Amino acid sequence: MSELIHRRPKSLNIVIWVFVLCWVVAAGFPFLWTMWGSFKVQGDFFSKADWTYAISGVRTQIETGGAFTGDGYFGAWVTKSFWTAALNTMIVVISVVVISLTLGTLGGYALARSGKKYAFYLLMLALVFRAMPHITLVSGYLLPFFEWNIWGHLPTAIIVMVAINQPFTLWMLHSFFLNIPKDLDESAMVDGCTRFQAFRRVIVPVMWPGVITTGLFSFLLAYNDFTVTATLLGQSSQTMVPKIASFLGTTQTEGNVMFAVAAVVSATAPLFILVMFFQRQIVSGLTAGAVKG
Amino acid sequence: MKNRTFFWFILPSLVTMMLFIALPIGSVFIQSLHIEHTTVLKEVKNCGPFGCKLEMQVDVDATSQLKKDRPLGKFNGFGTYKNRNHLAVSELSTAWTNSPTFGVFLSEAYNLPFYRALAFTLTYTFLVTPLVVMLGFCIALAVNSLPKRIKGPTIFVSLLPMIVTPLIGSLILFWMIDSEGILGASLQWIFEDPSLSLKASPTLTWAMLIVYGVWHSAPFAFIIFYAGLQTVPAETIEAAMIDGASRWERTRYVILPHLVPLIVFIALIQLMDNFRVFEPIVGFSAQASATSLSWIIFNDLAGGEGSFFGSAGATSVLTILGVAVLLIPVLFRTWRDFKGKVV
Repeated sequence: MSELIHRRPKSLNIVIWVFVLCWVVAAGFPFLWTMWGSFKVQGDFFSKADWTYAISGVRTQIETGGAFTGDGYFGAWVTKSFWTAALNTMIVVISVVVISLTLGTLGGYALARSGKKYAFYLLMLALVFRAMPHITLVSGYLLPFFEWNIWGHLPTAIIVMVAINQPFTLWMLHSFFLNIPKDLDESAMVDGCTRFQAFRRVIVPVMWPGVITTGLFSFLLAYNDFTVTATLLGQSSQTMVPKIASFLGTTQTEGNVMFAVAAVVSATAPLFILVMFFQRQIVSGLTAGAVKG
Repeated sequence: MKNRTFFWFILPSLVTMMLFIALPIGSVFIQSLHIEHTTVLKEVKNCGPFGCKLEMQVDVDATSQLKKDRPLGKFNGFGTYKNRNHLAVSELSTAWTNSPTFGVFLSEAYNLPFYRALAFTLTYTFLVTPLVVMLGFCIALAVNSLPKRIKGPTIFVSLLPMIVTPLIGSLILFWMIDSEGILGASLQWIFEDPSLSLKASPTLTWAMLIVYGVWHSAPFAFIIFYAGLQTVPAETIEAAMIDGASRWERTRYVILPHLVPLIVFIALIQLMDNFRVFEPIVGFSAQASATSLSWIIFNDLAGGEGSFFGSAGATSVLTILGVAVLLIPVLFRTWRDFKGKVV
């Protein structure tokens, strides 16, 4: 392909560069802007007078004496106790990832090694389940959960998210296990292992790349969820995303919007770090289902 | 693998899916056939200085007892489906007979909450999906021809809109597009109209939501097309070049046909995902001019006026029917791909 690049006419090159530049700005600039603005006061970030205030920080200078202020972060994390929401999110996300992967590896391994017709039907069923809008499922949970008094507790939201996550996890791990040669565990069974021992001693040590990739997507699903956490958790057990949504309900008072801005930036930071370190896995995970299947 | 072993391996996963996906679908249907209890009234004799009279009063004890005994509510058959907030059968038929033109009938139908949500959901689904495929394809072609050193960082930035929480992503755009934010203010300046506000106009709100949808999903299409571009056989392209195909012809007749299966894959996944559009409506506070099916279910459940399980259930069942229609081609494709192949 390298020779093709040299032959490209100059005008086309310019078009490509301008296009990529536009896309990169569209994709990245909003985050940069919001991060910058989160250190200003509301009068600057949402400036009635002149939007350039957000850059120069005129009101921030007047109100706080410096060009940057951490007031938004202080208000969100301390005054509005965003830290409890962050803690809840951490508990939920870690539990969802660990449980989904445990159930998913067992199930995905069985589906990859079964070779029977019903395994295929189960995969089709999982596909149907994956297509269900989450809110339709939630409207089925609410009434029973109220009746059984398990509404509003973290474990309830965790198990629900594990279940919603299962179809995707099963599909992904199933395709990863198909790539691990059958001979590996079958020869272990010839040597006298039971199926489970073969799985534990031979498959588990080599499955980690696939499990990590799948885990990333489970993490994203749990972390980014709004539907389940907003409807199944109460005030005391709120996670970050519904908490941010609840900030918006009280934006009338000056400065509260900046709490939401600061909280949004805080909640985006872990995702940035995740993409930075796991870009390769995310890309390979996205393409695993499409290019091979 | 033996059936027994298979069973034990799949059991935990299967149980969670059955309990929390299959059962709720059933329970949603049962809920949709019921409706909230009306309050129990009783007759009380109310005596004052001007004599006694009979009055109807709410019997609080009996009402709460009834709610406790039968939390589902009372059986309503398909009544909820037919009422004004859902399929609105009678409203539609009156509108049909009374409307002079089809356009009037459509605008009458658009005033009904369910059809209003359906209109937005379908518009969103069928506009965002092709736009995502097109934009993703263009980005993939462009990024693929960049020098190697720049590709990595470009992919990193490109992933951000997809990876970010949908609610947070829509909030970030919403704040910029606010009339006091950077984009909103710039638009006012460009059009020299200080009263221009994207929030005030329904059309602009729809456009804004669709732009958000494309922004959010384009990276997904881009990554998949980008991976697909790496598998285009170089010999075929070279052969086309020797035959005198121009750059455009090579893209149109070699690269594009090679990527058709990926286009189908992305389109099918996107149709299903866009049909459940919900978070951006909350993030953009757009409910005044745009609602979606998912949003009206959410509003029934947690809208602040109590929970209407029957109403939410009916909309959910109708939504699931919609999903089923979109799902048929997906199932068909998977079926065909896997048939004959050992699972």
